[in-house]
Amino acid sequence: MRFVCLGYADLNRWESMTEGEREAFMEKCFAYDDELRRNGHFVGGEALQGADQAVTLRPRDGRIDVTDGPFAETKEQLGGLLFLEARDLDHAIELMSKHPGATFGPFEIRPANEAINQLLAERDKAIRGSQG
Amino acid sequence: MQAEHPAGEDSGQVDTADVHRAIDEIYREESRRVFATLIRLIGDFDLAEEALHEAFTAAVEQWEEEGIPANPRAWLVSTGRFKAIDVIRRRKTFGASVAEIRSQPASTQPDIEKLDEAHFRDDHLRLIFTCCHPALPPNTQVALTLREVCGLTTEEIATAFLAPKSTIAQRIVRGKAKIRDAKIPYRVPSRSDLPNRLDSVLSVIYLVFNEGYSASSGDDAIRADLSSEAIHLGRVLLDLLPDPEVMGLLALMLLHESRRTARTTADGDLVLLEDQDRGLWDQDLIAQGRQLVERAMASGRFGTYTLQAAISAVHANAASASQTDWPQIVWLYDMLLVAEPSAVVELNRAVAVAMRDKPEAGLELIDAILARGDLRDYSLAHAARAELCRRAGLTAEARAAFREALALSMQEPQRRFLKRRLGQLG
Repeated sequence: MRFVCLGYADLNRWESMTEGEREAFMEKCFAYDDELRRNGHFVGGEALQGADQAVTLRPRDGRIDVTDGPFAETKEQLGGLLFLEARDLDHAIELMSKHPGATFGPFEIRPANEAINQLLAERDKAIRGSQG
Repeated sequence: MQAEHPAGEDSGQVDTADVHRAIDEIYREESRRVFATLIRLIGDFDLAEEALHEAFTAAVEQWEEEGIPANPRAWLVSTGRFKAIDVIRRRKTFGASVAEIRSQPASTQPDIEKLDEAHFRDDHLRLIFTCCHPALPPNTQVALTLREVCGLTTEEIATAFLAPKSTIAQRIVRGKAKIRDAKIPYRVPSRSDLPNRLDSVLSVIYLVFNEGYSASSGDDAIRADLSSEAIHLGRVLLDLLPDPEVMGLLALMLLHESRRTARTTADGDLVLLEDQDRGLWDQDLIAQGRQLVERAMASGRFGTYTLQAAISAVHANAASASQTDWPQIVWLYDMLLVAEPSAVVELNRAVAVAMRDKPEAGLELIDAILARGDLRDYSLAHAARAELCRRAGLTAEARAAFREALALSMQEPQRRFLKRRLGQLG
């Protein structure tokens, strides 16, 4: 089963780290990602730029309002996404508990919505098919 | 059926009343365990519940004719499983959803006859750990445990928690949906996860107990049932998993329970431990609790529940408040603070220090906690402070602190107690 892991990080802590410390931390994360890859658990992921770079679209009076910043202002910012393949929720918890990123801030684990993803995959296939 | 044809006689006739009594008893003793195993075999809580009821309905009909089988539990599991397959077939005919078909049991017949005690015990634990999974909100864990593990009805849970039935029903439905959709596995946690996961189970049981023990409002009888349900659950868990902290929690509940009648007056007013009529304490429960504390302590792997139970056991040993082994209690609080530092434990320790030494010594400790900014909104901190001021002869300060406690207190029996104390100060 597919799980989407949302890694949050405290930006102040990140800023307070030296370049060397950041590199060492990233390296540890990459090494663990590799271990997940080798065992077929790492399906994909995306690292995100800071929330300062974000823009939020919000429906308002029948129009779309554009505002700066993330949807929710919290001390911890969403830093990246990891797509994980695991047997069940306990397995996902076990795998992500060992991720170095989990020592840096909260990690939210969400089961992927497989019913909707199935529909997405079908649409994807249809468009690709029509483009030949 | 006539009474002169008792079950099992050559006539081949079975006494219906006997069979019904036996089924009632099997239902009480076994239904939740049969249910736990059915969930594993069927893979769905709701379908397992339906199958359980169909199995018992079938038992009433069939056992009247054929007598009670040698292994009723295995019979019920086997019958329940077939009933579930029937239900799935019926649903398929009417166009079942993907989710329902997914929950179809394996087509191979599991060897039900080979299901032994160990399998049933494992399934029972699976059910407990799944209902208390930390991915579920705590109040959902509580509702699910009472509904699925203890077999209480939604109405009974709602009445006990003074909550609308719809609220409890919604929690149960959402909890089961999360177990299914987030794929919370139906299994006993691995050895490395066990301590953490057990914490979650223990806190659910203790929450249920306290809900029944803190007679804040509502029907006392129903709330007392909640405490006995928690104690029963503690006994079941101890039987399945003889861990020192399970012993500790059960001991703690038994020792609290031993004082139930002494801790309130007939009018529902609170009686402080030191003022309780110790003749009302239930010595049988105390003996059980004490024995469990000793077993847990002897293991050397005990935790906070055992320490709290040990403190409670020291009180239970004492003929009066003044004859209590206060040095021992302070020592146990010291250990508790190491195991789980908390301002509330510090407060309790301060009160014990006041009893061991003098009120001023405890007062100094409480003032330090409050000066730090902790427990300022905690009514009991001010009540404890007031009590120590009163004993130290600081009447004006005691009065102010009781007023502070009263302003923060939400519980009616506690408010009445504080008002009484204020009145006594004049």
